[in-house]
Amino acid sequence: MIVFLLYVTIFAAAFGLYRVWERKRHHLHDFASLKTVTFGDESAVSPNRFASVISIIALFAIWGAFTGSVITPLHVPGPFVGDASFTYTARNAAGETDDATVHMRVYRVGEDVPLPELPVDQAGFAMDDALKIGAWRSVLARPSENDTGGEDDGYSVIAIDGQPIAAGGTVRFSDGEVTMTSKGSLSIKPDKGWQMEPIWLPAPEAVVSRLVEIANDGYKNVSLWNHLGSSLGRVIAGFVIGSIIGIPLGYAMGLSNWFRGWFDPIVEFMRPVPPLALIPLIIIWFGIGEQGKVILLFLAALWIMTISARAGVSGVRISKVHAAYSLGASKWQILRHVIVPNSLPEIFTGARVAMGVCWGTVVAAELVAADRGAGMMIVNASKFQLTDIVILGIILIGIIGYGIDILMRVAEKWLVPWKGRG
Amino acid sequence: MGNLVIDNLSMRFDLPNGGSVQALKNVSLELAKGELLAVLGPSGCGKTTLLNIVAGFLAPTDGKVTLNGKTVTGPGPERGMVFQQGALFEWMNVRRNISFGPDMAGRPAAETRPVVENLLRTVGLQDFGDKMIYELSGGMQQRVALARCLANDPDVILMDEPLGALDALTREKMQGLVLKLWKETGKTIILITHSVEEALLLGERLLVMAPRPGRIHKEYNLPFAEMGVGRDLRLVKKEREFAERREEILGMIWDMEEEIMGRQEETA
Repeated sequence: MIVFLLYVTIFAAAFGLYRVWERKRHHLHDFASLKTVTFGDESAVSPNRFASVISIIALFAIWGAFTGSVITPLHVPGPFVGDASFTYTARNAAGETDDATVHMRVYRVGEDVPLPELPVDQAGFAMDDALKIGAWRSVLARPSENDTGGEDDGYSVIAIDGQPIAAGGTVRFSDGEVTMTSKGSLSIKPDKGWQMEPIWLPAPEAVVSRLVEIANDGYKNVSLWNHLGSSLGRVIAGFVIGSIIGIPLGYAMGLSNWFRGWFDPIVEFMRPVPPLALIPLIIIWFGIGEQGKVILLFLAALWIMTISARAGVSGVRISKVHAAYSLGASKWQILRHVIVPNSLPEIFTGARVAMGVCWGTVVAAELVAADRGAGMMIVNASKFQLTDIVILGIILIGIIGYGIDILMRVAEKWLVPWKGRG
Repeated sequence: MGNLVIDNLSMRFDLPNGGSVQALKNVSLELAKGELLAVLGPSGCGKTTLLNIVAGFLAPTDGKVTLNGKTVTGPGPERGMVFQQGALFEWMNVRRNISFGPDMAGRPAAETRPVVENLLRTVGLQDFGDKMIYELSGGMQQRVALARCLANDPDVILMDEPLGALDALTREKMQGLVLKLWKETGKTIILITHSVEEALLLGERLLVMAPRPGRIHKEYNLPFAEMGVGRDLRLVKKEREFAERREEILGMIWDMEEEIMGRQEETA
């Protein structure tokens, strides 16, 4: 919630500052800047690149601020680290009261620190205690253990730093809070601050250093490139086989009543079935090896490519076909020179969708069962709470998915420059 | 001896709701080689159906079309077609569009190239041979369509409102081009149009068709096409006879439209 409010604040502040700055700047006099109606004019709205850059910086700044990262100078308060103490008041069976101090040392998990030292001479029946606590953690202290008569009935802790406490009650001390359990133990929780614990959200630099580490040493005896490459390889294999079968099938459905009638029920039924729903069946039939994954991706791509090829054929203007017949072209020539090129834009659109779906499906399939792959990497890491690897994996999956889409768009522009200009 | 003979064509087809449409009824016509016939009529008079039957895209329910004594049963390269727009292949450049017919027939490129260059010059696109179709204006695209049709050297050219989508100025220029091509190549041309003026300017013969059922209403032999060859068409339009004919035919079509509207109101 705090993060969300902070994000909205940054958004509004950046927008406001940009507007002020823009007003002072020398104005451009291109056509769009002369439009008086921009609200509702779709063509007048283009992504503001300042906003894009600030948006990305803001995301990393918030990430850094809440993880105590080195990439941002400003951080939200972190967890309490260092020495602290509170005094408790105990009453023994005889009704006498005595004070003693709990000394605690809060340390960063992973560091090796000694217990705090206790004063040597202590008077009274209550004795000082020493404990160490990892940051973000809590411990259960039993002050009665070393107190004289602590095991007697009638002994109890009655106050913390002078504030009375009873079973179930909570009392604050200088750097945290103490809750008394029903059995009289004290649950000590030093302040956690607002920062995220690395096992929930590691700092950006931790993710980067994990990337370097995995890139050099691999993960689970498989190199990072092998993980990503095998995911990508499965996608390409499934997509290529799906296209090789799906595109001709789509053409046949677009050109023949019989094919259309025969395959329509199958295609229309299979199209809305999410490929993820096929994973269990594929595992039963083909196991968890490469074969099953390629078959799953083949099925994911097949229907999309079939439907786009069919749409490409249906979309050919009848006047083009008539013109070609009148110019003496044979059926085969019309397929080759008119129908195929005319359907390419649709097929490319389908291919972009299919690649996106395949990429999502392969990750999901690897989450379920795989010996290597991007999805396997993150699901395996999550079992060991290696959150940095999980986040790293998600970022890499995102980058590759985005890269695939950009490549497809470039290929489309290069191969079908006539798209949308018929 | 007529070159193109349209013999007692009728076209009737059933509708899915049980009714039927009589698109053409007993249409007969003979066209000698080199004649330019304009076909005019209100929408629904069957002029496009007639053209599609001659082109071989539709089979008539009665009657037949023969070209040089051979009955038409399907589309063929001896009957070239020029469509309104969007019938060019935008994945090919202008040259390859024009040479499409000869290429499909398997004629060697060396033989086709001079023909294509010649046609590019004829239609005034000599500098646009390497352009893609989508880089051209609408008028230029129709020039390419004309050239593509001529490259195949058909006996008859069928034009289905080829200038219908062009702006008025471009249209006038293109009308001049059609007349020029007609005179230079001596092709038989059937031109379908919505525009009375265009029909008068271009039609050496003019067929006015009436709807429901589609039939020939009246036929004219006109001097204006011959007059317009190589001349400013605006001068032709200033002729008194031209204006008289235009009024006459406009009135005729107006009456037909009125009649249709009246009939629709009765049934409604």
